[in-house]
Amino acid sequence: MKTMKTTYRTAVHDALRDALRDDPRVVLMGEDVGRYGGTYAASKGLLEEFGPDRVRDTPLSELGFVGIGIGAALNGLRPIVEVMTVNFSLLALDQLVNTAAALRHMSGGQFSVPLVVRMATGAGRQLAAQHSHSLEPWYAHIPGIKVVAPATVEDAYGMLAPALADPDPVVIFEHVQLYNTSADVETLTPTDISRAAVRRSGTDVTLVAYGGSLWKALDAANELSLSGIDCEVVDLRVLRPLDDDTILESVRKTHRVVVIDEAWRTGSLAAEVMARVMEGAFYDLDAPVARVCSAEVPMPYAKHLEQAALPQTAQIVAAVQNLFGEQQ
Amino acid sequence: MIEFKMPALGSDMDEGTLDEWLVKPGDKVSRGQIVAVVETTKAAVEVECWQEGTVSELVVPVGETVQVGTVLATLLAPDERAEKPSRKRPRPSKRAATKPATAPSGAPSGAVTPPAVPQRRRWVSPAARRLAQSLDVDIDTVSGTGPQGAVTISDVEHAAASIEHAATTKESATKPITKPTAADRAAQMRKSIAAAMGRSKREIPHYYLAHEIILENALTWLTSRNALRSIDERVLPAVLILKAVGIAAQRFGEFNGFWRDDGFQPATGVHVGVGISLRGGGLVAPAIHDVPDKKLDELMDDLTDLVARARSFSLRSSEMSDPTITVTNLGDKGVDAVFGIIYPPQVALVGFGQPAQRVCVIDGGIRVVTAVQATLAADHRASDGHRGALFLSAINELLQQPDLLEK
Repeated sequence: MKTMKTTYRTAVHDALRDALRDDPRVVLMGEDVGRYGGTYAASKGLLEEFGPDRVRDTPLSELGFVGIGIGAALNGLRPIVEVMTVNFSLLALDQLVNTAAALRHMSGGQFSVPLVVRMATGAGRQLAAQHSHSLEPWYAHIPGIKVVAPATVEDAYGMLAPALADPDPVVIFEHVQLYNTSADVETLTPTDISRAAVRRSGTDVTLVAYGGSLWKALDAANELSLSGIDCEVVDLRVLRPLDDDTILESVRKTHRVVVIDEAWRTGSLAAEVMARVMEGAFYDLDAPVARVCSAEVPMPYAKHLEQAALPQTAQIVAAVQNLFGEQQ
Repeated sequence: MIEFKMPALGSDMDEGTLDEWLVKPGDKVSRGQIVAVVETTKAAVEVECWQEGTVSELVVPVGETVQVGTVLATLLAPDERAEKPSRKRPRPSKRAATKPATAPSGAPSGAVTPPAVPQRRRWVSPAARRLAQSLDVDIDTVSGTGPQGAVTISDVEHAAASIEHAATTKESATKPITKPTAADRAAQMRKSIAAAMGRSKREIPHYYLAHEIILENALTWLTSRNALRSIDERVLPAVLILKAVGIAAQRFGEFNGFWRDDGFQPATGVHVGVGISLRGGGLVAPAIHDVPDKKLDELMDDLTDLVARARSFSLRSSEMSDPTITVTNLGDKGVDAVFGIIYPPQVALVGFGQPAQRVCVIDGGIRVVTAVQATLAADHRASDGHRGALFLSAINELLQQPDLLEK
């Protein structure tokens, strides 16, 4: 079959379009999703195709429109709510934590909230301290929701359908640096939202990453292959619930782990993954578990400072080399 | 009748052990086909045959160690007919015990006594401790080479292998064929490096030149080139450097060739030997062929492949014997510059340190740029410092115009 160069942005767009086409219960709402076509141009043309009843621009009120999404989901629709960035989503945390995630439990299983919330996350575009953070570990802390982070074009398309089919709230994090990335794909089809994926198989060390960091990890693996260190790269894909089996299976093979996470290190997903490796594979470890995270500062605006604050390939390479002592 | 002989896989090789035949009598052999695996002190090398024909007889059986130049097999040329049926030979004996799974270590030792009063509890990784228990290895006798001197899985494996080796050599003193163990190979490699480098320093009047090369243009160009490609199509700076050296060596022929019989013999192609350090000690410098004629993508593929095979000890004979000049890169170990020793009979070695940020004066202004120290060690019998300086400058100039390296 012929392959086509497809961008991550197009994959997100096509997933939204196909969801709106396939199921009349699906509606899309959020700031600028309609007339403007989406802050990251992911919903261009959808207002024209599906009309204002199904593609709605909302006021700048995250608490309000996420609440509307929950109400719509409770009443039989399958809403997709877009929040411009994870920083702004904090205004809607009350709706997500106290209502969306809790209703099934508080109602003794009588109500479920089939809501999908999409948001952009991550830094690298000089958008400074109020638009650049990676707060997905906070969401991964909440029982009652699923959290996913598509890092590839295939997942950018494929994760939306299973998210909509899930009876409980699913939060999708799209890293801002990924929208312009592309891949040759044959056809885009639904993927799963339950397993981590091994993106490169190797024997010497496991690099665990997700979202925008996946590509830095793969870059580092490439570089390390020249000095003879064979890296396995695991893409978490699903941040809650974590797929322990895939991670532990890899660690049992390689005996070394470096976790890469663009969030701040204290209380991060990286910390959680490390803890689980220690719980599940301590006697298989041949070196301390290591991690590369962002500097614990509000994201700087200046380009060189922003780059210095973020995990970079060179740091990943150094962290891996550290695990080998004289054995390089 | 064509005689296929034990090749010299590098100037420091006197003899080799036939490890495996990949052809049998009656097989047709084409030019460049890999026909045998030969164990040298450095590696198990796949040996190519450069003549066409049909295998008539395998003269040397598997496991035998013979001098360079010994006839290993005879071949019939395509137009030749067999005069008599080839003698039946006993089947080559089965390959000896499987190799240890890991690379050799410089420091395997079953005899290290534990320190009298340890400063702190010895660091042993959880996995190493468990493995030692299952292999019945006394963990206190194993020396650690992991992070901060910790004992790791590979340390325990080496200790176990050397204990086993000691046991088997005692048992099998009568057995003629023993496969070299990792420890043996490490010791042999040390010996052959010692011989080659000793000879180099005794015979070759080295002169050394250094030049700081600003990599700003090259790295900017490479970053934007890589940005358009997927991860596995990206090219590393080391490849740009390799190509620049290759092209410069083509222009300055007196650095590309061999000193033999009191005279310089220029080489026809430029085959750049790449210094690759092996895990657990030792190094090899196999060739990437025809560097100036290859595209960057091809060179990247070649380099990745070469490093992987060097570390798994499966190089080819042409790669071992063909380098016409060597490049060594110690940048990833953090040193600023390397002043190398020429690998005879070559006449030049180009070294690179770690690319680092430096404060430079450029066009009257002060800038922070990424630069690398390039050094040349050259044979004064074959070239003079003046030409050496021009050669290094040419490498510099090529790296300032990276798009010229693409081709």
